[in-house]
Amino acid sequence: MSEIHAQTALHTAYVRTEMLPEQTPPVTAAGPVKWVRENLFSSIPNTIMTVVSVVVIYYIVSHMFGWFVNGIWDAGSLSECRQIRDAHIAAGQLPEHSEVACWAVLSDRWNQLLFGFYPSHLYWRPILAVVLFLGAMAPVLYDSVPRKLLIGTLVAPFLCFWLLWGGTIWPPIVVALGFVIGWAIVKFGSDIVGNMPATIAAVLVPILFWLYLTGPLVGLLDSIAPIGIRSVASREFGGFLLAVVIGASGIILSMPLGVVLALGRQSDLFIINKCSVIFIEVIRGVPLIVWLFTAQLLLGYFLPPGSNFDLMLRVIIMVTLFSSAYIAEVIRGGLAALPRGQYEGADSLGLNYWQSMQLIILPQALKISIPGIVSTFIGLFKDTTLVVFIGMFDPIGFSNAIRADTNWNGIYWELFIFIGLCFFICCFGMSRYSQYLERKLATDHR
Amino acid sequence: MATMTDPPAPAFRLSQLIYDTRYRSITIQVIAFILIMAGLFWLVNNAIQNLAVLGKDFNFAFLGSRSGYDINQRLIEYSNNSTHGRAAIVGILNTLLVAFLGCMTATILGVFAGVLRLSKNWIVGRLMTVYVEGFRNIPLLLWIIVIFAVMTESMPQPSAFRGDDPAASMVLWDSVAVTNRGVYIPNVVFTRSLGGNEMSEAADGVAAAVIPSVSFGDWALFLAALVGGIVAAGAMGRWANARQEATGIRPPGVLWMRAGAILLPAAAVLIALGATLDYPELRGFNFTGGIQLRNSLIALWFALSLYTGAFIAEIVRAGIMSVSRGQTEASFALGMRPSWTMNLVILPQALRVIIPPLISQYLNLTKNSSLAIAVGYMDARSTLGGITINQTGRELEGMLLLGLFYLVLSLLISAVMNVYNTSVKLKER
Repeated sequence: MSEIHAQTALHTAYVRTEMLPEQTPPVTAAGPVKWVRENLFSSIPNTIMTVVSVVVIYYIVSHMFGWFVNGIWDAGSLSECRQIRDAHIAAGQLPEHSEVACWAVLSDRWNQLLFGFYPSHLYWRPILAVVLFLGAMAPVLYDSVPRKLLIGTLVAPFLCFWLLWGGTIWPPIVVALGFVIGWAIVKFGSDIVGNMPATIAAVLVPILFWLYLTGPLVGLLDSIAPIGIRSVASREFGGFLLAVVIGASGIILSMPLGVVLALGRQSDLFIINKCSVIFIEVIRGVPLIVWLFTAQLLLGYFLPPGSNFDLMLRVIIMVTLFSSAYIAEVIRGGLAALPRGQYEGADSLGLNYWQSMQLIILPQALKISIPGIVSTFIGLFKDTTLVVFIGMFDPIGFSNAIRADTNWNGIYWELFIFIGLCFFICCFGMSRYSQYLERKLATDHR
Repeated sequence: MATMTDPPAPAFRLSQLIYDTRYRSITIQVIAFILIMAGLFWLVNNAIQNLAVLGKDFNFAFLGSRSGYDINQRLIEYSNNSTHGRAAIVGILNTLLVAFLGCMTATILGVFAGVLRLSKNWIVGRLMTVYVEGFRNIPLLLWIIVIFAVMTESMPQPSAFRGDDPAASMVLWDSVAVTNRGVYIPNVVFTRSLGGNEMSEAADGVAAAVIPSVSFGDWALFLAALVGGIVAAGAMGRWANARQEATGIRPPGVLWMRAGAILLPAAAVLIALGATLDYPELRGFNFTGGIQLRNSLIALWFALSLYTGAFIAEIVRAGIMSVSRGQTEASFALGMRPSWTMNLVILPQALRVIIPPLISQYLNLTKNSSLAIAVGYMDARSTLGGITINQTGRELEGMLLLGLFYLVLSLLISAVMNVYNTSVKLKER
């Protein structure tokens, strides 16, 4: 025994008693070098791809950067821009033969690109309307905003309408009154006449109210208290204002319609089901541009002779119907994706159709459908550019109009980049928000 | 002994129509039906009244009358003496042409971009993200106009190709000329044609056919040979599989035999018909010979492909990511090679997720081709829904036909999609 002990004692002389300090890993296995080796040069094909990408990026940047950064912001016409550029080249501030952007077109036509022909002393109205709209959307978009502000969300559309189009204040108020009547019938009528008749009445009474009472009532109120601001005709709208107004109205109006259509398509009631299917398939089967031409050329045929209404309103109706069909399909996907047990569970709790839809089915189906709904909205917003073909001046329409001016004849890329950037910011923002919403609503455990 | 009598059937009360769930659905449907019919009747009645006020009738006779306008891009014989009906068919074929070309390139682009976006190479992944997000978030119309502007503003004039030291030169071994009037590519000409080429000579001399009218007989023969070869190759593949399953040994050289079966008959037809390439050539102020692809077609085609390609890239990426890692790992654990894993395990599962949205993207592309209006490409909307309507004043009939064309097209494509969906659906209880 002692021998062994002696041996171990002997060996322990070679065993370290203190820890070695940690050595830094080899340069090639840590830090940026490792990252570059792993992500850019891990294999031969990978290296080739990296080199090709870098060459492509260098080519684009080297051609664009100078053009972009040295752009001229202060000039009255394209020829003036070129004179300034030549002066810069002569002064040696720019290399020979360099092309530069003429951003002056943006500063020169800024107001037109944003507001179209909207009277310039009234620009505060669309700006205020957009701010109001964003403020009203805040409680819908974010949970942390106090819930009480939702009342503001209900009021805002009417206020925005009034701010944008102007005129007397009474039409939006009276139209809103119709909604209040419908709500009151559901709230107080259900106890008196029962659920079903109250619901039917809540749909019919406001419609009759809008059809027959709104006109006289507005006239009466206007003669009593003529409160109003200068009215602005629809044809004076243009630029991004037009795109935003059509896009936002389409988005707000198509959502409820889409839900109703989706429920109709999933319904067991034969006639309602078939009507929804036909509506959705016909709308989806035909391009939006054909629908817009229909709105422009044919809507007059299907209305009583002599009646005519605003082209912008027609466009908003068409865009709404169009995107509601797409949204209906997206939501139908969400409804179909729910396990049958959810429907059966709702039935076994004794909930009726509307209760089960409202409390159990739709919240889950809509959550599943969020990405699809938002991409439909993005598509709708992008499609607002199509109104240029029926003679409305959206940003692209204005870019053509600006080029038709002798001062700016021949200017392309600056306008395209600006318009593209504006659309990109809006659409990319929407898609980012939908990803945020997806993460927030994700309740499954992964 | 108690006598059993049926309880007296309760008399039907009117209120049951609302309160009894057995009858309520019928009530709702009847009301809905009446309302919808009333609405339709109102619309149709208004249309009849409006037509009467305008002194118009509703008929499609205009399709048989002389059109009186030219179409600069056509796949079949057409002149301004042809009928409006023929003009509509030319437009429809042009729509189908750009839709077909667009679907092909968009698929290739989309698959590449989608796979590359998943690549481990950081810089390539970022580049593809920029492509996808850039095209998805900017309106297609803007892209069409931008590409059209690039073609017309930044490309050299045909005169730049002239001289000893030309400012511009043809690309791809002097076969393709990219000019601001369009792209000129070589055309296949059959020197020993079966006939059919005479038709292009007979066409009006003023506007020389832009795409020289195709000799259908020759191409039909070529296509027949190609399709026959593909069918034969498929049969050979099945035979080889059967042999392999029966004997355990795959007959050697099947791959080459199949390639030969596809290529040889088609090549034989080309040689027999004396196919040669007709290169575009600069004569005077413009290129002659070859095929001129107009800027409108190029802009529309490229923009549609790039735009739809970005969406397809996302679909492909989602499809590949939907196959769980466990599948790959299990397949490696079975000792499969990466290529087998891809072909036998991942792709079949990913395709089930990819194909339905892919087809709906094809549908979108076809419908988006109506944006041809922005660059003056003569598609169905520009002929049937544009000039024909303007000349005849038949907007109701014209738009109806145009809408029907798109509707039938998309219903056909969705029918194909439904058949596919049911065939690959996971068989569940």
